Amino acid sequence: MATSVLRELHESVEDALRALGAYTLFAGRLAAETPRALLRFRLVVEQVHNTGALSLVIIMMSGLFVGMVLGLQGFDLLERFGSEESLGSAAALGLLKELGPVITALLFAGRAGTALASELGLMRATDQLAAIEMMAVDPVRRVVMPRFLGGIISMPLLAAIFSMIGLYGAQLVGVQLMGVDQGQFWSQMRGAVEFDDVMEGVLKSVVFGIACSLVAVYEGYHSMPTAEGVGRATTRTVVISSVSILLLDYMLTAVML
Amino acid sequence: MGPSGSGKTTLLRLITGQAQADRGLVEFDGRNVATLSRGELFRMRRRMGMLFQNGALLTDFDVYENIAFPLREHTRLPERLVRHIVLTKLQAVGLRGAARLMPAELSGGMARRVALARAIVMDPELLIYDEPFVGLDPISMGVVLRLIRRLNDTLGVTSIVVSHDVREIIAVADCCHLLSGGRIIASGSPKEVAASDSEEVRQFMHGQPDGPVPFHYPASDYAEHVRQVR
Repeated sequence: MATSVLRELHESVEDALRALGAYTLFAGRLAAETPRALLRFRLVVEQVHNTGALSLVIIMMSGLFVGMVLGLQGFDLLERFGSEESLGSAAALGLLKELGPVITALLFAGRAGTALASELGLMRATDQLAAIEMMAVDPVRRVVMPRFLGGIISMPLLAAIFSMIGLYGAQLVGVQLMGVDQGQFWSQMRGAVEFDDVMEGVLKSVVFGIACSLVAVYEGYHSMPTAEGVGRATTRTVVISSVSILLLDYMLTAVML
Repeated sequence: MGPSGSGKTTLLRLITGQAQADRGLVEFDGRNVATLSRGELFRMRRRMGMLFQNGALLTDFDVYENIAFPLREHTRLPERLVRHIVLTKLQAVGLRGAARLMPAELSGGMARRVALARAIVMDPELLIYDEPFVGLDPISMGVVLRLIRRLNDTLGVTSIVVSHDVREIIAVADCCHLLSGGRIIASGSPKEVAASDSEEVRQFMHGQPDGPVPFHYPASDYAEHVRQVR
């Protein structure tokens, strides 16, 4: 009994290390291909549209509602200490440093990440990737790289839009609904938010962008060429991306605090 | 030719360097495919054209862009010349009028013909067809069959056609190799292979349901198996 548990544990660790190694090698290959891929920037821009522009509606709606909830909860909490005029700075810091990058990345993984993984998986299942290779074109260079870079570029832009709409939502609830002074709301925010706070959010969203895009293109590109394989790749993309985002968020916050 | 699972597609993958052989040697133009670097492999593939079983058209692009894809990736030809080449190839497969259709709008036969136009757009020396007749209606099959032979003769290329459609292969092939269980069991002109004495060959050529390739998958005794279940 104990032996079989140990064996299973050993196999799990071995599998995890093997997967980590494969991810590292793939990431190294993508990094090496990046300069060349940037030369064909038109392909990257197409993917910024696919992953970024097409995610705008979900990002903006989520940003608005998250901001509104933040406004409500923040007002309720700050009112207890008689400092509801600090709502602007609390909402801005929360959104820029934490909620904006993290929730955008989670939404990105669910919307754009799954789309990327299933698209690449279906290309594998329908021999499109094999056909590209047979046309003497490297599918990593031509198909994977633009999607990877498109995701990385989209993420900070989406996070910025999320935070901006979120702030509007917090202002809508705090100022228009709860009666916080508009001047206090914005001036407190401008006074409290520093350049480093903004950069912390930008850095996080770039790191999350790299992680989410890497997971999506890796899982899609290496999926089994079957319907089940594509489904599994899509699920793994969401699960691995989400866990990675939260883990990386903790690590980055701990380093930057 | 050969029954399903006999290793036909695997052999194609070995020839094109998509898979590595455990044993044996595959040479293309005198060079061992297994020892080619990635760059050399890609240079070799530029001299090949391959038609996949399902066409494998790029679903994001229309017919025109699918055929232009290799030209855009490998050459810096002006758009006017690209257009001329693409329309010439489409005319050759009879689909010039379908240039702006998306792959999802094509029938199986049309998709196969578009894939054929794409396979010849770089003027390859070797054309490889993986099960080109699968799932086609008789008219489409006839069209594809005639195209394979006509393109082979007019372009002066070497063609390898992998199929299990005996009649169709006999109609177009100069030379046949019959595979079974990963081995070549008969070679020669279609007539010679058809006249073979081998039971295995005869079973395949005449489509007999039972023979050296048994109807039943290997299993334990039927009655005993039923009793065990009970």
